Amino acid sequence: MIVAERKPLEELYAHAKKHKKVLFLGCGTCVTVCMAGGEKEVGILASQMEIAARERGDDIAVTEHTITRQCDSEFFDEATARKVEEADAIISLGCGVGVQFCAERFPDKPVYPGLNTKFYGATLEQGVWAERCAGCGECVLDKFGGVCPVARCSKSLLNGPCGGSSEGRCEVDPDNVECAWQLIHDRMEKLGRLDELEENQPMKDWSTSRDGGPRKVTREDVRL
Amino acid sequence: MSETAAVIEPKEKSGSRLERILNSGQFAVTGELGPPKSADVEIIKTKAGYLKGIVDAVNITDNQTAIVRMSSIAAGLLAMQHGLEPVIQITCRDRNRLAMQSDLLGAYALGIRNVLCLSGDHQRFGNHPTAKNVYDIDSIQLLSMVRKMRDEKQFACGDEIRNTKKSPIVEPRMFIGAAANPFGDPFAFRVVRLAKKVKAGADFIQTQCIYDMDRFKRWMEGVRNRGLHEQVYILAGITPLKSVKMAEYMRDAVAGLIVPDDLIKRLQSAKDAKEEGEKIAVEQINEVREMPGVSGVHIMAIEAEQSVPGLLEKAGLLPRPTL
Repeated sequence: MIVAERKPLEELYAHAKKHKKVLFLGCGTCVTVCMAGGEKEVGILASQMEIAARERGDDIAVTEHTITRQCDSEFFDEATARKVEEADAIISLGCGVGVQFCAERFPDKPVYPGLNTKFYGATLEQGVWAERCAGCGECVLDKFGGVCPVARCSKSLLNGPCGGSSEGRCEVDPDNVECAWQLIHDRMEKLGRLDELEENQPMKDWSTSRDGGPRKVTREDVRL
Repeated sequence: MSETAAVIEPKEKSGSRLERILNSGQFAVTGELGPPKSADVEIIKTKAGYLKGIVDAVNITDNQTAIVRMSSIAAGLLAMQHGLEPVIQITCRDRNRLAMQSDLLGAYALGIRNVLCLSGDHQRFGNHPTAKNVYDIDSIQLLSMVRKMRDEKQFACGDEIRNTKKSPIVEPRMFIGAAANPFGDPFAFRVVRLAKKVKAGADFIQTQCIYDMDRFKRWMEGVRNRGLHEQVYILAGITPLKSVKMAEYMRDAVAGLIVPDDLIKRLQSAKDAKEEGEKIAVEQINEVREMPGVSGVHIMAIEAEQSVPGLLEKAGLLPRPTL
């Protein structure tokens, strides 16, 4: 999923203050799972904003709404359009994609991001999410025992650990980051495939990644 | 430039002094010169003065520990003008494949003949921790790129290294170095990583600072078991300890570096820790010198270049051979 974190209240308040009626628009997919921008978080943020506005004597009216997915136009239904119509501005609690899709959908309304979009990750335990994929556009997981060095090695090294791998941890942040190459090594050892790591991996073609410019996938077989 | 651009003998790859000394079978000594955190030429001149005639070649670090310093190629040229043979370090942190190849052309044009290919310290540790890093390629891919430029006379993309179709091919002919850290984990992979570097094109290796001699011995055993010492020159990394504080810092703050307790105890109980540190370094040099497969030492006297002549004198490594 796409993992995000909510922006600080003060940052969002500064945006809200410029308007009279603000719609907090949640998203029911990734950011609901990572507890950053779903219905519940929209409710909490709206309450915080109302309390803050009351305390400071600012005139900000807040409405809440959450749709299934902000990255899919079919979920921007009439009810959503009506709520947007009634508001002066939107604070989207979708990921960066959701925010942009809102802005495209409602070109006359100011749309502000409510979250900081972080990465493609997994839930390690309740309240802990970690990055697993960098979206490089050419998956190499087959070569590395299912552990991605592009996303999980701090230097994206493709040919083994740097000198800063110590007791399974990455020197960049030993408390929080495992050395991806220790993980790759251990997993390949378990699979009896260590010899494959002796192969020199050539330079990666980054043109399939963001380096090739903004990307687009078109599937003629499924287009209407 | 004519006095530095030596004629390459047929079997030589670069014609560098370091290559010739290693090929001659003599025990090589390389040093390190950290460029200044300013445009101050005098600092290079002073440091070069300590090392001239004392080491066979000197590494010019490339923004080491991710702190901005004078560029390694510029500092290398200045060091060369002051009588040293530079080994230019290139890290993968700050440059992509275009910039690196461009720098290699420039370095060679200026008379530089040795290069050390490194991943580079992460920017987290330096003075610009909010910077974006590059890591377009890794150190092993960099090694193969430098070798491809030299041996196949081609850029990474496959184009020939010539200005136009009618121009001559003028490729950068470098003596290619790489680093090895026997003290990083996973230990079992450390010899494999060396083998990959050799396969990629490394002509010589400089190791991380050795304090845990037992682990270094075990690593060298693995190196010899694969016959790697016959394919690459290995220079053992030596950094004299100046104080107990320095030893503890190296142990605690530098990942992938092991400083055994008995060394720290020796420094603690010594009357003069600095003198004891030098004594330890001399012992280490003597020990690695006896080790089959070790072709030289790389002395990394961090911001203590002035201590190198005394150390090498005591280790019996002076005078250096003349070619």
